[in-house]
Formats: sequence, structure tokens, C-alpha cells
Amino acid sequence: MNEELSNVLISKEHPMDDYLREDRLPHIWCSGCGLGTILTSFVSALQKSGLDRDKVAVVSGIGCTGRAAGYLYLDGFHTTHGRAIPFATGLKLGNPELKVVVISGDGDLVAIGGNHFIHAARRNMDITVICVNNFNYGMTSGQMGPTTPTGARTSTSPYGNHEPPFSVPYLAAASGATYVARWTSLHIRRLEDSILEALNKKGFSVVEIISPCPTYYGKKNKMGSALQQMKYYHENSVIRHGSDPAESGIDLGGEIVVGCFINKDKPTFLDSQKRSV
Amino acid sequence: MKLWRKPLDQDRVMIPHGEVHIIIERCKGCELCVTYCPCDVLEMSRIFNAKGYSLPQVDGSKDCVICGLCEMICPEFAIYIEEVSHG
Repeated sequence: MNEELSNVLISKEHPMDDYLREDRLPHIWCSGCGLGTILTSFVSALQKSGLDRDKVAVVSGIGCTGRAAGYLYLDGFHTTHGRAIPFATGLKLGNPELKVVVISGDGDLVAIGGNHFIHAARRNMDITVICVNNFNYGMTSGQMGPTTPTGARTSTSPYGNHEPPFSVPYLAAASGATYVARWTSLHIRRLEDSILEALNKKGFSVVEIISPCPTYYGKKNKMGSALQQMKYYHENSVIRHGSDPAESGIDLGGEIVVGCFINKDKPTFLDSQKRSV
Repeated sequence: MKLWRKPLDQDRVMIPHGEVHIIIERCKGCELCVTYCPCDVLEMSRIFNAKGYSLPQVDGSKDCVICGLCEMICPEFAIYIEEVSHG
């Protein structure tokens, strides 16, 4: 490098490196992918929560988001496809003092892991689920999934998807989750507060995060680079706290309703078990 | 920084000033920090890292006020701000 960057100090370490396995960085996520931003928000929320690091475990499934557990310097496990929630359930039941966080993608949590998701919500397992939704299976070259909006083009729906999609907040709320929120990877501060709230919440708490996928979903649907997709979120997201999750569906190119939809208290699985046994 | 009126506590409150640190090998040139910096402190340079991504740099005419947005929005853990003491 002959020239030098002006007014910038070159560094080797980041203040968050304490929480990261920095030997694995730079990570494999694409340039501009929202997953890194979401991981930053999670680490920041974890730092603010004051939780003991030895009492936090992160579980993730398969997919781009599945790599999150491997980049965090916390106890964690990279499970088989769709089985992040069952593993987390076992972890919580085996050691109820642990704060168990599931960070996984839409394809992992609501497609192959859909049954586990609704039943963990029904039982009100005391775990926090961070579901990163990029509307397709990014790691395997952008196939359509259950959250792909109707009409969206993916590598397995080249003429446009003709199926109606799942809305993750609606699914979670209908199954009985105690905390349901949705943000995009642009709403970093609100996302951080929301993750903090979800971590402190007793019961099944779900935070869905809409994230750009510039390489597959963005390219196939002519949404442009990650930067342009972030601008789209900026222009089209509407914050409606406490609104009905039934109205949180996402149309291709339409508005994205974000905010905290559900925040209620309910006895958890372990509470009910203690009471009855 | 442009002020529309003189704040009553202007003599007591110091605007914090930060300096930008970049980890060159982690940056992937997504331009999110440059686009979303509220004070337009950052700009893209014509310098590339080993992987061929162009890097951000600081436009010397503007001051960083340590809002921390670049640090939060960077997907690569590649940029952070440290406060410069006023002494």
C-alpha cells in the first residue's frame, strides 16, 4: 500500500473482541450482510445486560446465521439443521440457571424447525430466540423458503413465488410466545434494546430481524446492493408498537411493520412443572 | 458543528471528539458506515486492502462526535471510535 488513509488510525483489535473468536475473523458473511450488524447488536446488548458470561449459552442451527454461535466467545453449539430449539430446550432443562439464546435463520427455525418453534412457544420454554430473516436460504444459493414473499424470485422460484409466506411474529404470537418483536438490521439501537428486553424476559421471547441478502435474494429481486436494501428498509419500515401481529405480513416491495408486538407474562414450562410435580 | 441558537450551557458542555480506528484486514467495503454517519465524517478512499475492498477514511474537515453509529452498523467489527481528551 503506497498511499495512506487520511486521519484514520490503523488498529488490530476491536473493543468487542473479548466476546468474539477473533482468530475466525474476518467472518465468511458477504459484504454488507446484516448478520454482522445483528451480532454487534447482540454483543452490545449482552454487555449491557450484565449477565455472567459463563451463564450464557448460544445455540444455532444450520445456514448463514448458524455460524453466529461459532464466532461468539461464549459457550455455544452448532446443531443439526432445524434442531437448535430442541437442543436449547434440553440445555435449559438440564441447567435452569443458564440463559439460553438461539440465534438462527428463518429457514432453520420456521421451515425444518417449524414444529420445534411452535411447540417451544406453546410450552413457554424460557429461551430467547433471535430469528434472522433474509427471505431465502442464503448459504445454499438462495432457494425459496417459507418466509419468501409471494411473487419474489429465488433460484427455485424463477417465475416468482406463488406460495403465501409465514409471518414469524404472527406464528410466534399465535403459538403463545411471551415477547415478540421485529426489527430490521438498520434499526440497530432499537434492536439492541429489544434484544436486551428479550434477554431479561422470562419465557419464550422471539426477536425477528429482517436482514439484507445482497448476494441472492437482493440480486434476484433487483433490490440492489446491501446499501440499497438498507435504504429500502429506511423508507418502508413503519414502527407500530403493540400492533396486531396478524397484520405484520410482508409483501414484496411493500412496507415492513416493525416494533414490539407482544410483551406479556405467563408461567414458563419450569414454573408449571414445579407447581404440578 | 452548526448551531441554530447558542445553548445556555455552552460554556460547560464540551462536545466530545473522537478518532476513528479501522482494522484494515476485516473491512469489506460495504459503505454502511460512510452512508449512515450522521456527521458525514467518513468518506470512501481509493485505497484497497489485500482482498481488494476499498476502505473508508476520514474527511478532515468534519468532527466525529462519538455517536458510535459506525461501530454499531459495521457488520465486520472493523471500525471503532476512541475519545480524544480535551486536555
